[in-house]
Amino acid sequence: MTSSRRRLWAECSLTAPSMLWLLVFFLLPTLIILAIAFKPADPSGGIAEGWTLQTLASLRNPNYPEIIFRTVWLSAVTTFTTLAIAIPIAYYIARSKPWKRDLILFLTIIPFWTSFLIRIFAWKAVLHPDGILKNILVFCRLASPDTLLLYRPEAVLLVMIYTELPFAILPLYAAAEKFDFSLIEAAMDLGAGRLRAFFSIFIPGIYSGLLSACLMVLIPSIGSYVIPDVVGGIDSQMIGNVIAQRTFVDRNLPAASALAAVLTLVMVIPLIYFLRVKKTADKSPTPAKEVV
Amino acid sequence: MNKRSKLPGLLTWATLLFFYLPIILLVINSFNMSRTGGSWGGFTLKWYGQLFSAREIWHALRNTLIVAFISTAASTIIGTTAAFALHRYRGRIQDAHYFLVYTPLVVPEILLGISMLLFFVALKVNLGLTTIILAHITFCISYVAMAVLSRLQDFDLTILEAARDLGANSWTTTWSILIPVIFPGIMAGALLAFTLSIDDFVISFFVAGPGSTTLPIHIYSMIKRGSMPLINALSTILLAVTFLAILAYQIISRHNRPKED
Repeated sequence: MTSSRRRLWAECSLTAPSMLWLLVFFLLPTLIILAIAFKPADPSGGIAEGWTLQTLASLRNPNYPEIIFRTVWLSAVTTFTTLAIAIPIAYYIARSKPWKRDLILFLTIIPFWTSFLIRIFAWKAVLHPDGILKNILVFCRLASPDTLLLYRPEAVLLVMIYTELPFAILPLYAAAEKFDFSLIEAAMDLGAGRLRAFFSIFIPGIYSGLLSACLMVLIPSIGSYVIPDVVGGIDSQMIGNVIAQRTFVDRNLPAASALAAVLTLVMVIPLIYFLRVKKTADKSPTPAKEVV
Repeated sequence: MNKRSKLPGLLTWATLLFFYLPIILLVINSFNMSRTGGSWGGFTLKWYGQLFSAREIWHALRNTLIVAFISTAASTIIGTTAAFALHRYRGRIQDAHYFLVYTPLVVPEILLGISMLLFFVALKVNLGLTTIILAHITFCISYVAMAVLSRLQDFDLTILEAARDLGANSWTTTWSILIPVIFPGIMAGALLAFTLSIDDFVISFFVAGPGSTTLPIHIYSMIKRGSMPLINALSTILLAVTFLAILAYQIISRHNRPKED
C-alpha cells in the first residue's frame, strides 16, 4: 500500500464514524422535517401515505403571525438585555485580580452545569401566587394581593434572561480577557470621558465576542419551549410551544413539522447574517488594534 | 481623577446574587413544613422521606443513568475520533465534517427533538429508551468533539515527530504520547456528555415512549402536576450532586492544566 493511500484510509477511518452518524441522525432528520410538511396526517398520530399541500395551508392560522412576532420580540429583548448586563460584567471580570476572576467565573459556570428544569422551577416557586416575592411585594405595598406574577410574558422574559446570562458572560469574558486595557487609559489621557472610552474603545475591541454572545443567546431564545410552558400563560406562547402542542396534544406530526420549518427559517436568517458579519470581523483587524 | 467606575463591580455581584437567590430559596424550602414556601412553617425532612418512598422516581433515575452511561461511552469514542480527524486533516471532506459536527451545537433543542421524532416515526421505530439513547449520542458527539479538539489545538504536535524520529512506531506514539496528553480533553468531553445527557429534557421528551420516563421528564411532570415540596427536595439532592461533580472537574482540570509562565 502506498503511503498516500494509507493516509487516505486513516483519514476515512477517523472521519467515518462521526460523519456517518451525524448524516443519519442529524442531517437526514432535519431534511425530513421539510418532506413531512407535505404529508397528510394520520388520525392515529402517525404520518399517512401520499402528498398534500393542506398542511402548509394550515400555516395560515390567524394566531400564527402573533405567535411568530412574539417569539422574535421576546428573543430580541432577551438578547439585548442579556448583552447589556453581560458586557459590564465581562469588563469587570477581565480587570479583576486572578483570585476574584476565578471565583466569579466559577460562580458563573455552576448555573451552566445545573439542571435547566430546576433553575426554571426555582423561579416558578419564587413567582408563585403564595411565593416569597409576592409576599414581599404585598408587604411593601408595591403590589396588591391579587397581582399575578406568574403566567405572563414578563415572567417568561425574566426567566429567559436568567437562564441565558451565563451563555453571554462566558464568550464576552473570553474576548475581554484578550483586550488591551491600556488602550482605555490612553484614550482617557487623551481626554476621552469614561463612557466615551468604554463605548468607542472597549466595545469595538470585543466585537467578535459580542457577535458570539449574541448568537449564543438569540438562537436558543427563538427555540424556547420549556420556559414559556412553565412560567408563561396563554398570552406568552412561542413557536416552540405550538410545535409541542401539535406533537403531543393534537398528535398532528405534519402540522408540527410545518411549524418546525417556519422556526428554522426564523432562526436561519439571523444566523447567516451573524456568520457573515463574524467572518469579516475575524478577518479585518479590530478598530482597537488600528489605534496602536 | 482617573478612578475606575464602581458600576460594573456592583452589577456583577448583583447578578451573581440574582443567579443564586432562587436556588438558595429552593434549597431552604425543601426543609420547609409549609407547602407553598411563601413563609416558614418549621423545619422538616418529611419531603425527603416521601421522595425516597416514591417508586417512579427510582425507576426514572435508573433509566436516566442507563441512557447517560451508554450515550457517554459511545459519544466519547465517536467524538474523539471526530476531533482527531478534524485536527489532523484539511480539505473538502473535513469542511463538511466540521459543518456536521458544529451545527448541532447551534440548532435549538426543540428542532433536534422534533426532527428525530419525525425520523423515528417515519421509519416506524418504536419509541423508548433506545431512541432516547440514539438521540443523546447524536447531540453529545458534537460537545465531546469540541472539547477534545480544543485540547488538541493546545498540544504541540512536533513531540510526535520527535518520537517518530527516535524510532517509535505510530502505535507507540498514539498510545504512549498522544492519548495521555489529550486525556484531560477526553475526560472533560465525557463529563460534559454525561451531564448534558442527565439534564436533557426537551430532546428526551420528544423521542420518549411509554415506560422510558427519565428523571428530567419525571421532574417536568411533577412541575406540571404541582407537588412543589417534593421537587424542592429532589432538586436539592441533584444540585448537591452537580456541585460535587463540578468541584471534582475543577480539581481534575486544574491538576492537568499546563503551567502558564
